[in-house]
Amino acid sequence: MINQLSWKVGGQQGEGIESTGEIFSMALNRQGYFLYGYRHFSSRIKGGHTNNKIRVSIKATNSISDDLDILVAFDQETIDVNHHELSLGAVVIGDSKFTPSLPEGSHAKLFSVPFTKIATDLGTSLMKNMVAVGASAAVIGLNPEMFKSVVEQIFSKKGATVVEKNMDAIRAGMEYFQKEASGNVGDFSLEKADGKHRMFMIGNDAIALGALTGGARFMPAYPITPASEIMEYLIRKLPDYGGTVIQTEDEIAACTMAIGANYAGVRSLTASAGPGLSLMMEGIGLSGMTETPLVIIDTQRGGPSTGLPTKQEQSDIFAVIFGTHGEIPKVVLAPSSVEEAFYDTIEAFNIAEEYQVPVILMTDLALSLGKQTVEPLDFEKVEIRRGKLDPEEVLPEQEKGVYFKRYDVTEDGISKRVIPGMPNGLHHVTGVEHNEQGKPSESPENRKAQMDKRMRKLDTLIANFPVPVVKDEKHDNADVLILGVNSTRGTIQEAIPMLEKDGVKVNHGQIRLLHPFPTDELESMIDKAKKVIVIENNATGQVAQLLKMNTRLNKVESILKYDGNPFLPSEIHNRCKEVL
Amino acid sequence: MATFKDFRNNVKPNWCPGCGDFSVQAAIQRAAANVGVIPEQLAVVSGIGCSGRISGYINSYGLHGIHGRSLPIAQGVKMANRELTVIASGGDGDGFAIGMGHTIHAIRRNIDVTYIVMDNQIYGLTKGQTSPRSDLGFKTKSTPEGSIESSLSVMELALASGAGFVAQSFSSDLKELTSLIEQGMNHKGFSLINVFSPCVTFNKINTYAWFKENLISLSTVEDYDPENRMKAMNTLMTYDGLVTGLIYQNKQKPSYESMVKGFKEESLASQELSLKKEEFEQLAAEFM
Repeated sequence: MINQLSWKVGGQQGEGIESTGEIFSMALNRQGYFLYGYRHFSSRIKGGHTNNKIRVSIKATNSISDDLDILVAFDQETIDVNHHELSLGAVVIGDSKFTPSLPEGSHAKLFSVPFTKIATDLGTSLMKNMVAVGASAAVIGLNPEMFKSVVEQIFSKKGATVVEKNMDAIRAGMEYFQKEASGNVGDFSLEKADGKHRMFMIGNDAIALGALTGGARFMPAYPITPASEIMEYLIRKLPDYGGTVIQTEDEIAACTMAIGANYAGVRSLTASAGPGLSLMMEGIGLSGMTETPLVIIDTQRGGPSTGLPTKQEQSDIFAVIFGTHGEIPKVVLAPSSVEEAFYDTIEAFNIAEEYQVPVILMTDLALSLGKQTVEPLDFEKVEIRRGKLDPEEVLPEQEKGVYFKRYDVTEDGISKRVIPGMPNGLHHVTGVEHNEQGKPSESPENRKAQMDKRMRKLDTLIANFPVPVVKDEKHDNADVLILGVNSTRGTIQEAIPMLEKDGVKVNHGQIRLLHPFPTDELESMIDKAKKVIVIENNATGQVAQLLKMNTRLNKVESILKYDGNPFLPSEIHNRCKEVL
Repeated sequence: MATFKDFRNNVKPNWCPGCGDFSVQAAIQRAAANVGVIPEQLAVVSGIGCSGRISGYINSYGLHGIHGRSLPIAQGVKMANRELTVIASGGDGDGFAIGMGHTIHAIRRNIDVTYIVMDNQIYGLTKGQTSPRSDLGFKTKSTPEGSIESSLSVMELALASGAGFVAQSFSSDLKELTSLIEQGMNHKGFSLINVFSPCVTFNKINTYAWFKENLISLSTVEDYDPENRMKAMNTLMTYDGLVTGLIYQNKQKPSYESMVKGFKEESLASQELSLKKEEFEQLAAEFM
């Protein structure tokens, strides 16, 4: 019996590799196992190697593993490309159709199963994925009937016969493998999981659900990898709540249309990745200058330019924090788990309205697209705060020609907000420097007053932000503090016990509020460690530079990876050892 | 009922004396009163340039955005609150150069926004450079030898893009201009009104006198029928776009908002933000 394993399915893009992984993991999730998936795919629709690696565990896990226990291959390339990951005694199951073979000297065990033939004999070669699922289930020692509810969910629309045929394919794959292997396989049988019902979702699902739950009712957006799932979910759901999604002509329109809707009182977001974010920069400045709430989701992928559109990277951090010309108050959030992505999206709308600023929520590709088991999200924790806006408020009579002081210079810098349609609230809004009524003004005194007002709005943000750094501080006197952002959290968590085993005392922080920078919080962590290592998926160490800029720390070690792939736990372990 | 005076505020426009934009401002104020809108229910969104300042000169809700983006902002406002009357406005550089993509897509999307372009065929605020509406051979600071790019036929382009309301006017004809803006505001869907609004400082060719001599009123074109798209296109080509009046209107074309599934007539901004617990639990269960 084992308590965790890694499974991967690979083949040509368009062959149903994703759905094979989906069915396999959905069924396991329903048994109470914890899943964590990472898809390797390319920017094309048909052809090219693709794979879906899934970690199965009886405990919560948020990282892909170093090695691989079971590899399901629909072509020889899958074996050749992924062979190096296989653990000792790993199982490779290949479709007999291509006469699979292992590289010379391999320690894995190869089984040839006629996925395509079995499926064709049962009615259609399309079911070869089901045969593969069945063969995989045989290795792990699963009951084929546990796939029933998933198969029903997917195929019930096509009728009971189709459901039964697919189940037959699973059973047939299982039986064939059992006969073929006949005890000649290592022990990969998984311990029984707790059977609890948990959610199984990608980060983008959590963001979309968070937006809906957080009151967003309008989303203008332009499709882009790896952000499109957010708009696709809201396209399906928003009509039930009176709202809608518009697919705009570009990201400039998406950003400015969201500004228009927020100005008119509807919580509105857009979502994109680096290239779209670059186009939104001027709009972000308009939101900052006009104090119009705005929420943008930036799902980071490999840059610069078109870069590596389907690969992992964390290189938009500077662009997001420093982007747009001039100076505006802006908030940048970086959730480090799917759960946080849900709650932080809701909070993004609250912050945007309370502080009347643009809020950018950053993820990375691994967090946005990695499908994982998530503990049930807590509706009781959801709150909606609109700050100084009450659309129902009856405002005092307005003298004609004298506008409402939308930009009233207040102590906290935040002015009362009114929206079009409200009687006695007439005012002007402009990206030009303006006075308290929103009328253009170039007076130096006014400029300073308005600039100071805008910039002091965020003075209280850090103090009010619940968890600016997600901390795992076991030691008052640690050898090293490891810091990261977004999806590296789970991988760092997995490397920590390896380091501790080597006698290294490790504290860990995942920065969740990137801007304004939580200096005090981080300095108190820095004080408890001899060394600071920042782990990030970029080439220039952007978070490390932020630390140097914002804290008293002047020496930071950087562990960087920018080859398009997420870190592996062993990589973090080994490279930390090199630095220490 | 509001009168046109209710749409006046105390801000003195920074336009040059004699600028065509003054008439456009007056026409919007009159048209708004004539269609029965009240100031708090009117949102004027404008772009950047001399004409972009117009949102600050009308007593209503106003948003002066960024260069070329008045249309996406205005569409966002309208989607957020269908009860508002939304006007977008700006110059020919704003709408037909930097913002051209948005113009075409706003036309084909057909959200109920009235878009008024103050077309002076030149860049005024940057002190006299060529615009996509400048004629071939037009000498400006950026085209000292004369423009070698052809002028954009925006009315033809609007028709080709599937526009449901296309009109053109001249800022000297306040009566016609007011009437066309009114018709545009009453039209259910996107309306484009291009207004020849002379720049008295930088455009010494396309002057008031030049327009008076060269513009043809569609009322003088025999058998002109603004519901006949082919005739509209033909007429535009015949007169090189130098016509005024209602060029084309398709009253049957449904607005975007009216076709969105589940989209209510009342303002989205006034609807409930919170989900019910049962609703949330049902949504969450879909991921289990």
